[in-house]
Order: sequence, then structure tokens, then C-alpha cells
Amino acid sequence: MTRRIAVVTAGLSQPSSSRLLADRLAEATDRALRLHDEQVEVTVLELRELAHEITDHLLTGFAAPRLAEAIEAVTTADAVIAVTPVFSASYSGLFKSFFDVLEDGALEAKPVLVGATGGTARHSLALEFAVRPLFAYLRATVSPTAVFAASEDFGTGGSGSSLSGRADRAGRELADLVLQRPRTGPVDPFDNPTPFEQLLGNNG
Amino acid sequence: MQFGIFTVGDVTTDPTDGTTPTEHERIKATVAIAKKAEEVGLDVFATGQHHNPPFIPSAPTTTLAYIAAQTERILLSTSTTLITTTDPVRIAEDYATLQHLSDGRMDLMMGRGNTGPVYPWFGKDIRDGIPLAIENYHLLYRLWREEVVDWEGKYRTPLQGFTSTPRPLDGVPPFVWHGSIRSPEIAEQAAYYGDGFFANHIFWPASHTERMIGLYRQRFEHYGHGSADQAIVGLGGQVFMRRNSQDAIAEFRPYFDNAPVYGHGPSLEDFTSQTPLTVGSPQEVIEKTLGFRDYVGDYQRQLFLVDHAGLPLKTVLEQLDLLGEEVVPVLRKEFAALKPAHVPDAPTHASRKAALETGSSETATTNGNVA
Repeated sequence: MTRRIAVVTAGLSQPSSSRLLADRLAEATDRALRLHDEQVEVTVLELRELAHEITDHLLTGFAAPRLAEAIEAVTTADAVIAVTPVFSASYSGLFKSFFDVLEDGALEAKPVLVGATGGTARHSLALEFAVRPLFAYLRATVSPTAVFAASEDFGTGGSGSSLSGRADRAGRELADLVLQRPRTGPVDPFDNPTPFEQLLGNNG
Repeated sequence: MQFGIFTVGDVTTDPTDGTTPTEHERIKATVAIAKKAEEVGLDVFATGQHHNPPFIPSAPTTTLAYIAAQTERILLSTSTTLITTTDPVRIAEDYATLQHLSDGRMDLMMGRGNTGPVYPWFGKDIRDGIPLAIENYHLLYRLWREEVVDWEGKYRTPLQGFTSTPRPLDGVPPFVWHGSIRSPEIAEQAAYYGDGFFANHIFWPASHTERMIGLYRQRFEHYGHGSADQAIVGLGGQVFMRRNSQDAIAEFRPYFDNAPVYGHGPSLEDFTSQTPLTVGSPQEVIEKTLGFRDYVGDYQRQLFLVDHAGLPLKTVLEQLDLLGEEVVPVLRKEFAALKPAHVPDAPTHASRKAALETGSSETATTNGNVA
């Protein structure tokens, strides 16, 4: 069975350390799922490439075709890996704007692994006080380990508490969430409209 | 098929010269636009309802009755009447009065309104938008069909032994459309009653309109009002024309770029490729409009937005000349040639009166579904 992972990364420079971290997390998740004989398909969405469409969506209320495709990839994925640079003590505006334009309930019960990058490890708790609550609000299932990568982490060796060790643990946790979860897509309100008698009755 | 225009009624600064019409000028311009629409041979003029600046149409039936007195043929409608925050009893009374004054030359479109503060200003809660639309419309439906109504609901004071006056002209309730940009519940509502469904068709891409109309058609058939392709569908649209396509684009661009709602967002080129907006020659408008049928099927009403974003009255009247002289006659002919015989025209007072007399349409609507 193929499990689809959508990777959303909001790094702005190219190449960006957020993308680098996102790739590490995707690889770790991929490895963990393959140990369970699952096929994995990873789709990477660089929000930088969608920045104009995201702003247009905020202004017009609808997604241009490329953004609509990206949103579809995220909302239909079996799991999402979301990585943002830390800007001014929180997620970046672009990262937040992408999640702002999703429909209500689009990420409900979706396994999500969150990651962030910053110049120093002093920013690491932004994951816990900003990014995790955002996904809690969106009613996603956020995996226990959130992974922060400071610049120096990319040059620090060893296992266990090193970046690769943390990424492996986070990937295993996300894989476990995916495996535990029944495969259900997002509910499409057009497929099963609430019968009108029921709508009328609810008012009763 | 009916062709017409619908207005939002915005007072917007003309971005090309910085002038802003007064409310008085905008209200008078609205009347001038409606009269011109009749003069050039359009079938429908519809106005919105708003209760906050920069919009002027807070009292749509007043304006429509004034227009009715100065016109002879054009059908007057709304886009939309706020079913959430307007007392359904007042809607029943106001629009029945308009129906009498205009000799049946009217219908109306229900909408919820998306301006948050309007709800509390009228004692409602925007989170109840859908339930309000459902309960209020069901009361309105009964007020126009039952002589004496006993009623109790969640959102207004109960009625005991209430008769809404005047009674509908000839005993024929005004035809109702339900408009929604994105709520499947409203398509379901329109289908349930066998009413018309109108897709705003301005701010959403075609694929979305296709789904909304598809759902409405399917449910219209489910509720026994006829086959899916007999459902009553209306579409919005937005055009700006000059004989030469490049002139249209150059002239409209500053209005587009600064428009309330979508200005400062996507480029004119992107927006025209992603939405029904057409900026170009009359021929281009004809071609794009004929294409709507490919994804919504044969439909009954096409309304264009032509007077927003600060466009001067003179320009708007020129747009109406082009619509009436070059676009609509061709569309009328082409659409008529394509439409199969079993697909009905948009209901009018005359057709509904005739149906009532022969005991068909309206009774079919109430059979089984609406107690």
C-alpha cells in the first residue's frame, strides 16, 4: 500500500535549511514506513514558489490552479511534514498564510510532524509555543517529537540527541501515527449533502 | 433565456481620476443604469442589499419600486436579499408590495451576506448563517402560500394567526432564487423547494461553480421537481468591453487593479484565465459566455456585473449599449438554438400564473416535500 506524505516547507533562501530539515524528516519517515513494508510517495511543496498565489487567495478567496494542487496534495496526504523558519519568535508569515487558506477541518486528525529552523537553538521552543498550538487548533494529530535544527546542528555529529537521531525518532513516531490511522480522505460536502429535511429539522 | 445585469451598489473612488460619487449620485446612477438596461433590451435588473458603507442599497424594494414605475418590461430582482438578517415577515410584505406595484415584473434572490457586523447589528449571529437562511426562508415560503400562519422558530418572535399582506398578486408567490458562492446546503435548499439556484460565478473558478450547479441539479431531480437538466439555474459574470480588445484591457486595468474585493491581488490576465471575468471585445464576451454552458448545462438566467469598482456612469452606459446591441442578441440566438425543448425558461409571473391555473408547477413543488 502506498502512503502519501506531503512535505510543506516555508524556507525562503535557496537552498534553505528548512528544506534541508524537511528532507531529513521525510527520509526518516520513509525509512520507518518501509520497515513495515509500506510504499511511500513524498510530495514536497516549497511555499516560496506559491507565495504570490497564497497572497492572491487571501485577497480573492479562491486558489489559483497551482495552489489548488498543492492544497489537494496536503489535504489528501496520509501525513504532513511541516517545516518553517523561525521569524520573530514564531512561524513565518508565509507558513501561517498557507495554513490560513485551508478549509476548516482540512487537517482534522491528520498526522503532522512539525519542524523549524533558526540561527541558534535559543529559538527551538517556538515549535512548542507557536507551531504545535497552530496544529492543535487545526485539530491535526501532532506527533510527540518536534524537530528544531539550528545552523550548528548541521555540523554536529553523533547519534542520540544529534539532529539525525531526533529526525529518526520523529520519523518513527510519524510512521506509527500513519500506520495506526484508518485510511480516510477528507470529507467532501458535495459527495453526501445533508438532506434538507434534516437541515430543516435541526432548526426545530 | 434571460439576460441582465446585477449591481453591488458600491460607492467607489474612480482610480483614474480620484473622484468619488456621492451617495445621491450613486443612487440616481443605479436608476439610470436600470432604465438603460431596459432601453437596450435586457431582461433583468438586480440590486444587492447592504447595510454598511460604502454601499447604498439598504432598501432594495424602495429602489426597485421606483424603477418599476419608470420602466415597462424589465424584470426587477435582487442579488441578494439578506434572508439571514432581514425579518422574513418584512420580506414577505415588502416584496409582495413590489410584486403588485410592478404587476408581477419581479422576483428575488436569497443570500446570507458575509459582512460579520451586519449580523449583530440586526440582532443575529453570523455563526447561525445557514440555520437562519433555512428557518427564515421556510417561514417566508409559508407566509406567501398560507393565508393564516401559526409559526414558532428559534430566530424571531412566534406568530399566531398572522396574515402577511398584501397577499401575492394573483395568488402567485414571487419566484425565488437562492444564491451561494460556496455552501452546498444552499444548493440543497434551492433543490428541495424547486426554486432557482444562482451561482455568483465571479470570485470562484469555473470548476467550483460546476460542482455547486451539479449538486443543485442532482438534488432538484431527487426531490421530484423534474429531471436534473430542468432545474432553474442562473449565473453571474463580469465583463468589460471595447470594440478593440486591447482598448478594453488598457481601460479596465486600473479599475481591476484597485477594485474592492480582489484588487491588489492576481493580475488581470491571471484573473481572466481563472474566473469568468472577460475583458475584451464583444465577440470575446460572446465566446466566453457561450462556454459557461459547457460546464453548467442549459441555464435560464445570465446576469453581468458592469457597474462596480468606480467605473463612471458614462462608461457603464456604454457597456450596456455594447451588451444590448452586440452581445445579447447573439447570445439569445445561440443559446436558444442549443437548448432542448424539455428545458424550461426561467419562470415569470405570467408562466407561474398559467401553471397555477392549470394546477401544475406550483402544486408539484409543494407535493410531498413541503407540508
